[in-house]
Amino acid sequence: MGLLNSLLGWVDERFPLTSTWKQHLSEYYAPKNFNFWYFFGALSLLVLVIQIVSGIFLTMHYKPDAEQAFASVEYIMRDVSWGWLIRYIHSTGASMFFLVVYLHMFRALLYGSYRKPRELLWIVGMLIYMCLMAEAFFGYLLPWGQMSYWGAQVIVNLFAAVPFVGPDLAIWIRGDYVVSDATLNRFFAFHVIAVPLALLGLVAAHLVALHEVGSNNPDGIEIKKKKDPKTGIPLDGIPFHPYYTVKDMFGVTVFLAVFTAIVFFAPEMGGYFLEHNNFVPADPLKTPAHIAPVWYFTPFYSILRAVPPMFGSQFPGVLAMGASVIIMFLLPWLDRSPVKSIRYRGAVYKSALTLFVVVFILLGYLGTEPTNVWGQFGPWLGNADRATVVARIGTVVYFLFFVLMPWYTRIDRTSPEPERVTS
Amino acid sequence: MADNKDRPGDVQPGQGAAEAGADSIDKGKRRTLIAWTGAAGAVAGIGVAAPFVMSMFPSARARAAGAPVEIDLGKLEPGMMITEEWRGKPVWILRRTDGMIERVPETDKLVADPDSRQPMQPDYARNELRSIKPDYLVLVGICTHLGCSPSPKLEVGEASGLGAGWSGGFFCPCHGSKFDLAGRVYKGAPAPSNLEVPPHTYLSDTRLLVGEDSKRS
Repeated sequence: MGLLNSLLGWVDERFPLTSTWKQHLSEYYAPKNFNFWYFFGALSLLVLVIQIVSGIFLTMHYKPDAEQAFASVEYIMRDVSWGWLIRYIHSTGASMFFLVVYLHMFRALLYGSYRKPRELLWIVGMLIYMCLMAEAFFGYLLPWGQMSYWGAQVIVNLFAAVPFVGPDLAIWIRGDYVVSDATLNRFFAFHVIAVPLALLGLVAAHLVALHEVGSNNPDGIEIKKKKDPKTGIPLDGIPFHPYYTVKDMFGVTVFLAVFTAIVFFAPEMGGYFLEHNNFVPADPLKTPAHIAPVWYFTPFYSILRAVPPMFGSQFPGVLAMGASVIIMFLLPWLDRSPVKSIRYRGAVYKSALTLFVVVFILLGYLGTEPTNVWGQFGPWLGNADRATVVARIGTVVYFLFFVLMPWYTRIDRTSPEPERVTS
Repeated sequence: MADNKDRPGDVQPGQGAAEAGADSIDKGKRRTLIAWTGAAGAVAGIGVAAPFVMSMFPSARARAAGAPVEIDLGKLEPGMMITEEWRGKPVWILRRTDGMIERVPETDKLVADPDSRQPMQPDYARNELRSIKPDYLVLVGICTHLGCSPSPKLEVGEASGLGAGWSGGFFCPCHGSKFDLAGRVYKGAPAPSNLEVPPHTYLSDTRLLVGEDSKRS
């Protein structure tokens, strides 16, 4: 023991080991009333590690070459020892990453975690979310299946709709006049190096920002306002380690049970995690009948499709899709409620949030289906596709949730926040 | 901080003016130097970024593979059609007869996008006949539905095998999409849009360049 202690002392004189441990774990005081919703931050960190590790091993066998990519994925699935497991972990991990991140973001909406002083924490989190979308998009091209190919084609063509520079921009992104080997090779570079590096840096910044301002909690009150006069420790705070490390380990166990059940029993998840069309090699001369992105992009894809072409251009739809993501950055300033947590908000915000969740899921469902999935209205509405009309209404509601937020959060009848956290 | 009176740079009372001047900081000069160094660094940064950005444009090999194709039209008689390849896709050149040209407006009411509103052609081909010259029709021969290659059905009526009402055009055998003699898709066809007119220009009366717009137009 004496030897270990002196070794630690030697290290501490040269590197802030003990102080970093204390600052971020054993003496980082988190509110004592964390609930279910507070699992998903730690779980997203877990999935990030799962994706990086499984990704490294996939890179050992995958070939980023249009001639060989599809076959190399099948090679991983059939010939590489345990390759099928590693690939299914990676493909399931992609969907689960979005699932836990969406729940993590919903937690912020529930308890006002983006409000002052956590605006930058929220913005860094949004940047992480955008990196994640880029990572998923680039990664989806790599298996070089039909959906990989045509999905990339559709998304890259969105950039071609930008006025003036669009066509050149699309050629620059593809590195060719069509999605081709050049595109596959650079998407591989983005997927395995560029975006993961940015992602890791942003995650570090997210944690630093969190530990600077301290965690929010289900009551949405600042525990730093009530400190023990002697120790300076928040009265409602408990050290992250061991209390929340143990709690998170329980969450990890339950999560991994679900995760492995998917990996072993339903890795394709009925075509939602791995689309059926992607088991067909990419064919530039044959467009699939129905092109849909993977489920985590579909709410935004629905918004893209819902906006009709204006002035002979698809650009308004592209703008709307971009705006639907960007507008979330503004949440800290749109919310004018005197309270943070849903527990003390009134019926107005509760209804607005419920409606938003319903619309988000509805748009997500519609984005996975062709626009004629619900048939057409009669001639009285110009035989319009029912699903398109619903998606248009959903798009309007989606944006109204944000645009009207400064108004409805102010008129909402809130109840007073407690002095100390409740259970 | 009472004990570090002798910190270098601090001007003490009684010291000579010359010494104080030597130690004092010219903040204006420092700001100017920082600004110019920063600007020079930014220019260098942009300069270094340029080759990386440029490297992402199509390589010489990709440009060569996607280069425009020159086609000789000298032997193309009215009513004939030839197929050439450009960027791996079939390109049709149909030399329409006067009769064919007259029949194009007849299908205006039967086609889904008679005025070529969808951007399936360059602006200079956004006209009734979807072509630069009335007689020469240039199309990418790939169905806009699922990428099959339609067959030319240039005869009129029963001879075409498409019924008495047929006034000439193209028919996709895969899913039955029909196009008229300007490549416009018939209503009710599975194909969502007209056949694509590729960028093209005439180098002379009989030489066509597919894949490049005219520099003058």
